[in-house]
Amino acid sequence: MTYRNPPTTPRKSATFDDYTLSEIRRAAATGIYDIRGAGAKRKLPHFDDLLVLGASISRYPLEGYRERCDTSVVLGSRHAKKPIELKIPITIAGMSFGSLSGPAKEALGRGATLSGTSTTTGDGGMTEEERGHSKTLVYQYLPSRYGMNPRDLRRADAIEIVVGQGAKPGGGGMLLGQKISDRVAEMRTLPKGIDQRSASRHPDWTGPDDLEIKILELREITDWEKPIYVKVGGARPYYDTALAVKSGADVVVIDGMQGGTAATQEVFIENVGQPTLACIRPAVQALQDLGMHRKVQLIVSGGIRNGADVAKALALGVDAVSIGTAALVALGDNDPRWEAEYNELGTTAGAYDDWHEGRDPAGITTQDPELMKRLDPIAAGRRLANYLKVMTLEAQTIARACGKNSLHNLEPEDLVALTIEAAAMAGVPLAGTNWIPGKNGF
Amino acid sequence: MPAINVSKAHDQRHASRVFDLAKLPLRELNQALHNLTAGSNETAWEVLNPKGSHSVAVGVDQPITIDVRGSVGYYCGGMNDGSAITVHGSAGPGVGENMMSGSITVKGDASQYAGATGRGGLLVIEGNASSRCGISMKGIDIVVHGNIGHMSAFMAQSGNLVVLGDAGDALGDSIYEARLFVRGKVGSLGADCIAKEMRPEHLELLQGLLDRAGVTDVKATEFTRYGSARTLYNFNIDNADAY
Repeated sequence: MTYRNPPTTPRKSATFDDYTLSEIRRAAATGIYDIRGAGAKRKLPHFDDLLVLGASISRYPLEGYRERCDTSVVLGSRHAKKPIELKIPITIAGMSFGSLSGPAKEALGRGATLSGTSTTTGDGGMTEEERGHSKTLVYQYLPSRYGMNPRDLRRADAIEIVVGQGAKPGGGGMLLGQKISDRVAEMRTLPKGIDQRSASRHPDWTGPDDLEIKILELREITDWEKPIYVKVGGARPYYDTALAVKSGADVVVIDGMQGGTAATQEVFIENVGQPTLACIRPAVQALQDLGMHRKVQLIVSGGIRNGADVAKALALGVDAVSIGTAALVALGDNDPRWEAEYNELGTTAGAYDDWHEGRDPAGITTQDPELMKRLDPIAAGRRLANYLKVMTLEAQTIARACGKNSLHNLEPEDLVALTIEAAAMAGVPLAGTNWIPGKNGF
Repeated sequence: MPAINVSKAHDQRHASRVFDLAKLPLRELNQALHNLTAGSNETAWEVLNPKGSHSVAVGVDQPITIDVRGSVGYYCGGMNDGSAITVHGSAGPGVGENMMSGSITVKGDASQYAGATGRGGLLVIEGNASSRCGISMKGIDIVVHGNIGHMSAFMAQSGNLVVLGDAGDALGDSIYEARLFVRGKVGSLGADCIAKEMRPEHLELLQGLLDRAGVTDVKATEFTRYGSARTLYNFNIDNADAY
């Protein structure tokens, strides 16, 4: 009988974890960087790191279901003759026809319209499905200008000049050949089946001085009727907000790094840009420094999931939030009912992010006619409306508990942070202390 | 709109209107142009004293003529859809950007991004055009009598760019299906842009473009055609050095 020394437990590296090892093997086998959809998946400081204080002796609450708590918001009142009035401060973010199917775009329009909010086109032009089913439609003006034309510009309810997005500040659109169907190719003036990489910079303006002139042109073309938004990825929120205001924007949209994309490099999604939570206070500060807070509206997106996130974002000073990933999940994206098919694709429900491949079992991020049929736009639109209703009720519940008769009366003083990082980013005290990191010399 | 100076009408069917930007704001000019409806008899417009104004005659969608007497700033004729605009001077950046149809003629020179993302119509620059002429063009025809600057026809998707003079560096970088015809020298070609054979159908196409642009003293056979090698249409890691 031989003696064996007691073995140590096999130990994996925290640095070279399973995902990292799999990525090294994948890169070595293919020679191509990993492309995927969605936003940053790494753990980041987020709204979960904030808590709402609620009422106490000094603050008295409103009665739930009895006392009114206003949720409406007006966007674009600075310069536009026809500002947008929304019933809820939750909008649907831009997602392209091309990355999404026609029925999915229709479902977003239906859900938004039932909820009294807006939906947004994307890097692929405006479709009839979307215009027809969206009471309030924001038309994106992107570097690629796919499908851009003055008729659609005039039948939009607002124009969003897209400078960047949170998943890839500094990156352009990407739509790989599998999804460039005949219809998509025609709308984008591209050959069918190519790997489309749209421009990262606008073709006819560079910098804030040009942007001011570009905004003037769009206003002149649309006779100063439409609100003009400027959307940026969460990179330099203080200066980007200030420059957008200086350029004449009615609304500033900031998309943090949890904000999704149809497709880009994994390395881009996980390493470029700032978390949504880190973008809000600098942007609000810029508006306050310019005397434009609440005059130029601020929309924030990237990882908004529920009414608590909405309430916290509004308390930090934003006017509205925008959802993309969550809206797709409400439609049916990553639904466990398709688990067997997700497994065949080498993934699992909840983790599926190869939206660029066009093989979405849920029939949303695809141009495959058979898969597209799986999404009933009427039922999916209803699910989105239900979800928006729940988010709104949740946000109202929190606001009433803080004694607020409008979601927009929530304020930073209603919040504390659970972590030092979140306290520093949100500019609210660490729970149990009066310490705001970075303030008052500490 | 009583503020607008309506000149003596030539006849009942074709009234001409003179709009002096030294006296009235740009907003009133563009609004008056947008107020036109199909069949309007105000078919001849003249704009005085543009003095480098931006966004002169943008978003016009009626088949009228607009003569701009002087030089303009950014985006003159932006998104033009059917009108015939003549700039009797030079044009700033983005002249005719995203034009849908109609025509724009610049008697002088044009700054950068001339005809950017244009989808249709004809843009004629009788002088030179600066960098990024025809960037991201999507169906427009552009004829430049002089030279064009660097990075012209970058990511050009569709349409035709004709240059009677020389082209700068990186012509047609990442080009898709647009056709480029250059009579003079090319500084350098951009990624995936190559010289191509001038077949009879191209000579015919080019001759038609020259005719439309009023170019009479130049032969189509004097040009070289450039277009996409189509090697970058689908991503291949072995092409990474080209990006």
